[in-house]
Amino acid sequence: MHQAGHLAHQFEDLAQQKEASTLGMWAFLATELMFFGGALTCFVVYRSFYAHAFAQASREHMSIPLGTINTAVLLCSSLTVAMGVHFARHGQQRKLIVMLLATIFLAITFLCIKATEYYTEYRHELVPGLNFHYPPHHHEHPDRLTANPANVELFFCFYFFLTALHALHMIVGVGIFSVITVKAWRGAFSPEYYNPVEVSGLYWHFVDLVWIFLFPLLYLLH
Amino acid sequence: MALLVVTVVATYLPWGSRIGIVIAMAIAIIKATLVVLYFMHVKGSSGLTKVFVIAGLAWLAILMGITLADYHTRPWLSGEAAMTVQPQER
Amino acid sequence: MTTVSYNPALEPRESYINVAYTVKSWLLTLDHKRIGILYLIAITAFFFIGGVFATIIRLELMTPQGDLVSDDTYNKLFTLHGVVMIFFFLIPSIPATIGNFVIPLMLGARDLAFPRLNLLSWYIFMIGGTLSLIAAITGGVDTGWTFYTPYSSVFSNTRVVLTVLGVFVTGFSSILTGLNFVITTHTMRAPGLTWRRLPLFIWALYATSIIMLLGTPVIAITVLLVAAERIFHLGIFNPALGGDPVLFQHLFWFYSHPAVYIMILPGMGVISEIVTCFSRKNVFGYTFIAASSLAIAFISFLVWGHHMFVSTQSVYGGMIFSFLSFLVAVPSAIKVFNWTATLYKGSISFHAPMLYAGGFVGLFTLGGLTGLFLAALGLDVHVHDTYFIVAHFHYIMVGGAVMAYMGAIHYWWPKITGRMYTEWLARIAAVIIFLGFNLTFFPQFILGYLGMPRRYHAYPPEFQVLNVMSTAGASILAVGYVIPLCYLLWSLWHGKIAGPNPWKATGLEWQTPSPPPTENFHEIPVVTGPPYQYHLEEVPFAPSRPPGAPV
Repeated sequence: MHQAGHLAHQFEDLAQQKEASTLGMWAFLATELMFFGGALTCFVVYRSFYAHAFAQASREHMSIPLGTINTAVLLCSSLTVAMGVHFARHGQQRKLIVMLLATIFLAITFLCIKATEYYTEYRHELVPGLNFHYPPHHHEHPDRLTANPANVELFFCFYFFLTALHALHMIVGVGIFSVITVKAWRGAFSPEYYNPVEVSGLYWHFVDLVWIFLFPLLYLLH
Repeated sequence: MALLVVTVVATYLPWGSRIGIVIAMAIAIIKATLVVLYFMHVKGSSGLTKVFVIAGLAWLAILMGITLADYHTRPWLSGEAAMTVQPQER
Repeated sequence: MTTVSYNPALEPRESYINVAYTVKSWLLTLDHKRIGILYLIAITAFFFIGGVFATIIRLELMTPQGDLVSDDTYNKLFTLHGVVMIFFFLIPSIPATIGNFVIPLMLGARDLAFPRLNLLSWYIFMIGGTLSLIAAITGGVDTGWTFYTPYSSVFSNTRVVLTVLGVFVTGFSSILTGLNFVITTHTMRAPGLTWRRLPLFIWALYATSIIMLLGTPVIAITVLLVAAERIFHLGIFNPALGGDPVLFQHLFWFYSHPAVYIMILPGMGVISEIVTCFSRKNVFGYTFIAASSLAIAFISFLVWGHHMFVSTQSVYGGMIFSFLSFLVAVPSAIKVFNWTATLYKGSISFHAPMLYAGGFVGLFTLGGLTGLFLAALGLDVHVHDTYFIVAHFHYIMVGGAVMAYMGAIHYWWPKITGRMYTEWLARIAAVIIFLGFNLTFFPQFILGYLGMPRRYHAYPPEFQVLNVMSTAGASILAVGYVIPLCYLLWSLWHGKIAGPNPWKATGLEWQTPSPPPTENFHEIPVVTGPPYQYHLEEVPFAPSRPPGAPV
């Protein structure tokens, strides 16, 4: 990250630097798309194999209310980020910082909700590799649990893998925004130089996009 | 944009089985498209940015599409049943 | 017309090498040239480590019985040979060493777009390499470099997790390098350097970088899934628990097939540079060579199923993959035709880089043609997992990529070090490598066709003669590789001073002193014409040199 208006030595001018760093972030996002995409491909294949088991796992054990709230939280955080970039472009530093802090707050909210979901799944013995036991002992309607336990476990393998990977990216995003907030506090950004905010925003929107697809795939398979 | 958040998220109530996932994915795609175009400013951006976006999506489509095509076309020429991996009971 | 004027009297003595001598200045450098050197040292070490594994393999295979090493050890040897040579030598070889050094010079830029990411990529590479070496030393891994499940994820008792973590980490080095190259090429070309005036080396590395960016993440997530399966006893690719091993193969080969083009495309770019310079001719069919690089990058992602013809993959899919695999040979063939046409009526000189380039064209063509055999479904079923495959890919990767790498090292050595290597010794070494290589790997085509399986430490006695020939060739090849190590190192202290353009080549990298100053150019050049204008008295951006001035 650069000081206010500081031009890195390899670039001729700020415009070139801005173009390079924006394109660079887009190229990185393309790699992230393929990264998540590999895991999603596996998930989609197995969902085709084991539609019944995956539907049962999603219907019986995924909390739609919590998932919905999380989706809304993340979409709001994308909104706050977009507004932050807007304020940065217009030099409104205080509003920018408010938006950045709001984004961080929403992100942490998401992570907390996710953590409670994880804890619930742990208590229900649904964590593969740790304590997976199927059918779970205290389910209300055990007669509905007709799927092959191994296939249900596969669903949870991917549930934890995908959401944990996503959460990791969110934590990194929180870190990035913390750094950006500190820099904004120190007056690093101006209408001429706010590219780090924009580029961080792109990353955050991508994290949101991943969740936009994870939500129906994991929570809405009936 | 804030409207998007509220309305679209609300429209996921469980329908029938197969159609439900299609609708859910369609909504997800619409949401994603709006985020990409407007939040990420792709709509007003240079052609090169659009190329990067489309390339990423195309490559993912290649990965998913061809892999799924393998599984779905196995019965076509060899007569075997589709998707028949049966695990042993635990 | 030129804006760069060369006056030897004003030649500054300071270069990127002598600007600072401390270890810290090297390990914390942001200079793409120094980072290229750091990579050069690292991958040379990995090359010889991989070579040691190969040596033991060839020694074992001299006799039909498995008598030198146990079967488990043999499995570890060929696995580690593959892992080290592919991930820690071939994939970074030309891009991370020559590419890092030369690309900003060729583009007329002061550095790559993201120097700090560049340094980070080297550290990531070293960490990944270290992890894999630790795995090798503390027990090795015996799954084959392809890590097929469920053996790798469930049954193997070796250091799979550590090795795949090493591969995972190194993958990010590849991604960052590719990202840097793509963005630099888009945004940091010198004034007047349009896309159609770019050297073909840049086109080749640009196409390589696309593959690096879009393919590597998939193997990253795949090995992560394998590691997770192994550590947490999951069933992702284990059929006993509902997983599908063929799914692993799909994901693995989605990257690993384009990966082989990561290994060969930069070499093709190098050959374009060398062939034009040492035949003093403009390249034939510039547009076609540039377009073929992009075509290879794209089509390479559509053919991965040809590694899986016998894997219970859909027959229909196999037919499509087979057709596309034939198709992907076309752009490569276009390049070979165009290089040949470039040589035609050229004024050819046989300096070491040209010898390596000639070796490349012949051996790559042979290897590529055998690839066509393998693209045919019926033939592949017969020779799959035999030495025919081994010979095929070694022709391309060693006869092709490594020879191109050696050619590149020799061609740009004067620019990198300011010194000339010993030409006569270099030519001898090139010939030794060529002969040793063919003696090593040609018999393997025959062995494979006759049915000798790969990855076996023992074989029926009737295969011994060809195996002995192969081992004899390997010993010659080894000598051939050690000789350049010696004279190149020697030249650092005793080589003739090279001057900015000892080959009288076109290209912006030759219009700056050797070795270049840290900022690459005293003034950024302006490009006014296409590349490879060898027929002109004065190239469009050459320095104006007073007659009689030293080159």
